[in-house]
Amino acid sequence: MSLFNLFGRPSFNHGIHPPSNKTVTGKTPIRRLPFPGMLVIPLNQHIGKPAVPIVRKGEEVVRGQPIAKADGFVSVPIHAPATGRIKGIELMPTAQGRNAPSILLEVYEGATQEVLWGEEQTIGDMSDEALRQAIQNSGMVGLGGAAFPSHVKLTIPEDKSVDTLVVNGCECEPYLSCDHRMMLEHPRALMRGIRYAMRATGTKQAVIGIEDNKMDAVETLRANLPRDGSISVEAVETKYPQGSEKMLIKSLLGREVPAGGIPAEIGVVVNNVGTLAALGQLLPKGEGLIERVITVAGPGVKHPGNYLVPLGTPIGFVLDQVGYEGSQTEFILGGPMMGPAVSALDTPVTKGTSGLLVLNEPDIESETLRIWPCIKCARCVDACPMHLNPSHLGQLAAKRKYETMAEEFHLNDCFECGSCSYVCPSNIPLVQYFRIAKAINREQAA
Amino acid sequence: MKKSKSQIELRTTPHTHAADDVVKIMRNVVYALLPIAGFAVWQFGLSVLALLITVTLSCLLTERFFNWMGSGYSSLGDWSATITGILLALTLPPAFPLWMGAVAGIAGIALGKALFGGLGMNVLNPALVGRAFVQAAFPVAITTWTPAFFDGRFSQFAPSTLALPFLRPPSVDSWVELLQIDAFSGATPLALHKFEGIQTDTIDLLTGMTTGSAGETSALLILVCGLYLAFRRMLDWRIPLTVMGGVALTSFLLSLVDPEQAPDAIFMLFSGGLMLGAWFMASDMVGSPVTPLGILIYGLLIGSLTVVIRVYGGLTEGVMYAILLGNAATPLIEQITQPRVFGQRASK
Repeated sequence: MSLFNLFGRPSFNHGIHPPSNKTVTGKTPIRRLPFPGMLVIPLNQHIGKPAVPIVRKGEEVVRGQPIAKADGFVSVPIHAPATGRIKGIELMPTAQGRNAPSILLEVYEGATQEVLWGEEQTIGDMSDEALRQAIQNSGMVGLGGAAFPSHVKLTIPEDKSVDTLVVNGCECEPYLSCDHRMMLEHPRALMRGIRYAMRATGTKQAVIGIEDNKMDAVETLRANLPRDGSISVEAVETKYPQGSEKMLIKSLLGREVPAGGIPAEIGVVVNNVGTLAALGQLLPKGEGLIERVITVAGPGVKHPGNYLVPLGTPIGFVLDQVGYEGSQTEFILGGPMMGPAVSALDTPVTKGTSGLLVLNEPDIESETLRIWPCIKCARCVDACPMHLNPSHLGQLAAKRKYETMAEEFHLNDCFECGSCSYVCPSNIPLVQYFRIAKAINREQAA
Repeated sequence: MKKSKSQIELRTTPHTHAADDVVKIMRNVVYALLPIAGFAVWQFGLSVLALLITVTLSCLLTERFFNWMGSGYSSLGDWSATITGILLALTLPPAFPLWMGAVAGIAGIALGKALFGGLGMNVLNPALVGRAFVQAAFPVAITTWTPAFFDGRFSQFAPSTLALPFLRPPSVDSWVELLQIDAFSGATPLALHKFEGIQTDTIDLLTGMTTGSAGETSALLILVCGLYLAFRRMLDWRIPLTVMGGVALTSFLLSLVDPEQAPDAIFMLFSGGLMLGAWFMASDMVGSPVTPLGILIYGLLIGSLTVVIRVYGGLTEGVMYAILLGNAATPLIEQITQPRVFGQRASK
């Protein structure tokens, strides 16, 4: 109902308003967690080819030292988050559900928090090419959750040109507030990171989009804007999934990314605030990405908040540190709308992990899980930010007409935001149906 | 569900869910119908109370019978059969024989819903299927109108109410005469207008001081109850609005062509079953389109068909057939009004 929003903040059409649950964690400053005894560092923490290990079992490494190198362009290196000894390279559980090869690093007792690797570099003297190489060397990926290598995103294909860098500070997932805290606590690093990204992409202007439930962040960033006016801050409506690339571009610039296309096709490149702030911190020092901020929250967590966690820390260790109680039965990496549930407490925090949620049994009553037939209430149609028809797609999925779903009803435009499942009064697991349909279509195409 | 602490649940996204579910929505529709049913009982007395109970029970028992034939699981808990029962009773004349009401309930659930596969699968509105069935089967009984607000309505039944099954119900004429109601003509406002050219006062139409089917008389009350549901977002306000828009638009267009015969829009909107149909039957989620453009077409179609049937048809009332036709057209409307997908190029 865009009519009601005529005089409101810029936004996109459709979407949902789940309870945000951010009040507690949004107000607590970022705190550092200690090193666990053992770090589990998957070689594939990013989209693309897994990194190749360059250390041997038994080797000693120092905090910040590269331990795996990028395998080609769409890949990033990995750095040791702590000083210690390599215990081996083994298959370990991951958030994706599959066990994956991971470097096990035994952390020395009393290991220093000081980063012992990396050389200061002057970004101003670098060519654009060298800047992008430096970004790859830092191991940076999209910290919003996608974990797409940043240097790839910031390399604009030769046949395209972009004019605007959109900086995503929406953080529309309920519970999560790590980006919010980064904006409040590291505005200068963020501005540096934005300038690096503008240089790497050749854009002349940048817009930071922030949901209007974080007006303190809007003010802080406005106070830190450079005088040349190349960067601006815009508050957008608080609505899920505002933080999706396509939705945010529509809200800020009124442009629509073509179906199946990328933002560069309409002259835009999008980066998350957490990513750019980290880039602003790491690049001048020539360091690699070895830790990140995650939001730990949910009923039963004793000290919910935002924590700076070494990559590879098992979530069980994080929970022991922050304390939790109750009959928690579901552990989620990321937000409650799109984050995967994990089956093992030794699953590590990786570059793409933005949060750790613990949900209680009473939150998920068995009665609400009963699935009723679709009553065609059209709530999903009014919720879908991509303007698909989830109701009809769901009926096609029940008939296993997966090809029709993709060919006639735009299944592949669905980015699985979960809005349709969220509003469905019949509790139909629509997103899950669509994931299965896509997987089967992929398999049959192969 | 008791779980030991060591058990970790794996669920697919999203892990949170909006509070509304099917049962809650259906239960609220029942709440919204109760004031209308209450007003009908207050207006017409015991006969309507008995009719409401009989028809609703008939719907519930029929639903349960088909549960037993099929899966074995009861679907009475979703309240949808209750809604069908109450709605169906509200569309029947106050002195409608109870056994015929029971037949309407059986036909509505059996032919209108169960045969298609139950909740969510029906093409047509079950309550209206039931009404259409008895309209064809008992043409006299369904057009026999009795006066409202007569003395003694809480102590006696209309004679036709208790008619024995499969027998011709006794005429109500002598009974009505005994009640000594001034100026009772035995015709609804629509019939008065159509055949005798008498215009009923709009205030009477709004407040329900007219005769007609049990629950259709007070346009204002229906509007309030419908708005309650719309504000709770359990009813799509776009449907009643477009239906009413369709009625107003068509009435206006007809009045341009033929000012003599076409009635004014206000009368068309507040008379007969239009309000009840627009707010509680056309808006039935199952039978209406899900696409925004489809909803517009569907509403306008029902609104204009209603006026066309009322003005040019042999019947005085056209809401029922208009909605049934709208229901029938829904799959086709949906097919041609699929939404434009985000980022889809204008060429297609």
